[in-house]
Amino acid sequence: MSTLLEIEGLTKRFGPITAVDDITFSVERGEVLGFLGPNGAGKSTTMKMATGYLSPTAGNITVCGYDVRLHPIEAKRRIGYLPEGAPLYGDMTPNSLLNFVCDIRKLPRDQRRQGLDHAIESLHLHQVLHQPIETLSKGYKRRVGLAQAIVHDPDVLILDEPTDGLDPNQKHEVHKLLGRMASTKAIIISTHILEEVDAVCSRAIIISQGRIVADEKPSQLEARSRFHNAVGIRIAAEGAERCVSVLNEISEVHSVQQVVQPSGLNELVAFSANGGNIIGQVRTAIDRSGLDVVEMFIERGRLEDVFRDLTLGAPAAAEVKEEAGNA
Amino acid sequence: MRNIWIIGRRELAAYFTSPVAYVFIVIFLALAGGLTFFFGNWLERGQADLQVFFIYHPYLYLFLIPAVGMRLWAEERKSGTMEFLMTLPISTGQAVIGKFVAAWIFAGIALLLTFPIWITVNFLGDPDNGVIVTAYVGSWLMAGGFLALSSSVSALTKNQVVAFVLAAVLGFIFLMSGVEIVQAFFRAWAPQKFVDAVAELSFLSNFTDLSQGVIDVRDILFFASVIGVALFINTAIVEIKKSA
Repeated sequence: MSTLLEIEGLTKRFGPITAVDDITFSVERGEVLGFLGPNGAGKSTTMKMATGYLSPTAGNITVCGYDVRLHPIEAKRRIGYLPEGAPLYGDMTPNSLLNFVCDIRKLPRDQRRQGLDHAIESLHLHQVLHQPIETLSKGYKRRVGLAQAIVHDPDVLILDEPTDGLDPNQKHEVHKLLGRMASTKAIIISTHILEEVDAVCSRAIIISQGRIVADEKPSQLEARSRFHNAVGIRIAAEGAERCVSVLNEISEVHSVQQVVQPSGLNELVAFSANGGNIIGQVRTAIDRSGLDVVEMFIERGRLEDVFRDLTLGAPAAAEVKEEAGNA
Repeated sequence: MRNIWIIGRRELAAYFTSPVAYVFIVIFLALAGGLTFFFGNWLERGQADLQVFFIYHPYLYLFLIPAVGMRLWAEERKSGTMEFLMTLPISTGQAVIGKFVAAWIFAGIALLLTFPIWITVNFLGDPDNGVIVTAYVGSWLMAGGFLALSSSVSALTKNQVVAFVLAAVLGFIFLMSGVEIVQAFFRAWAPQKFVDAVAELSFLSNFTDLSQGVIDVRDILFFASVIGVALFINTAIVEIKKSA
């Protein structure tokens, strides 16, 4: 594996506001890094600096061995970038825009044809190729933005909210595309959609108020959740009360949360006391009690929960309990 | 050089995809012709030259060139495409020059479309075509001066109307710097040497020689320097604006 993008001590201040505060991380070939954080956390600002648009107040960015500040052209040549909101020249057609990008990037003829075919094919742009971009739907605009980012087969791909405005099918297509390209590139995507992290990312960084608060594999992040290894049970309303008391008797169970579902079934969640696997104990206890359980499953952990914990500063657990109480 | 041309070509195409370009050309031609015939009394003068045609160009450019230049950067900033453009592997200078060149070519096309008046004068009389060519080149150089100012100012704002007004004001100062009202403004507080220097910056006096067919290297250098300095400032403004 080789490191394609290195960011070291990156800081950006706008007057008195520190948007990005001493961020350090690197991305290797083959990694898909999910960049998470609430709005205004500094995700876009970091990406703008990595692509050489904004100049940092302090810190270094190296793309494929080239310092972005000292050799901006060399660095930019190796980056594919989808800016936030996918801004494009509305008067151009996808065809003319992609050709413009190929010209600027000096692609040799066969590489150009390959790049164009691949980009147009994988983002399904055939139908709109000769329509002015300003007349296209939001989803198409986003896909044209993606196409111009991948047309030159860059080593480093930086995508600011690539699936914003796409319908579920298009999202799935983009996820597949990213998955196919992942092995040969270093990819960074920023997103609000936490399922996307599960779907495509091999690693996730959560930033809050300009600082990195977590940098782990998605599974490790999930393990931080209090839902990690919790056991979910669906049971008919009549048996719910008894089931709760049965579960509470198990020593490895920390607490039990009960949610009434619209279907009439009750969902119970038994939280693990030490984060360990408790499904064995729970199953034994349920079997012994003779309760008729509809469904039983292990929770992997909820990213949303972890996200809130990390970005709000205060544990989200209290809030969850409150919700449970209301239910 | 190649990048400048790629950007210029895209920009020039952008001019012609909007109807504004054609409206602009029609207005320019109508005004240029109208002023020549009605205010310049070109036919009544009975002279086989285009003096009264070129004499109005500085004032036409004062208002029409800002209309060409206002969108150059203001539009990029407003629509966010500046981020797309400036993260492509090009230098800021290439982008600035490419865009300027496109607008300058566009102005040149509008200017060339006044050719019927040149045909007319040759049909009616026996003009000195050398003088006319020099005047055309001078006019185009002056248009470049106005345009470089407009382009710089356009990078200051996201609003094209603001860019237009600022460019017209700046153009006015450069156009009229030899004229008493501008001179008086500076004389009130600046030393005489500075006031004289300002007078030297006048587009009007530098264009007058060229429009009469006098090729003075200083005039050509003047417009070239205005373009160069304005584009240099333009590049600096773009750099600053994109980093803030």
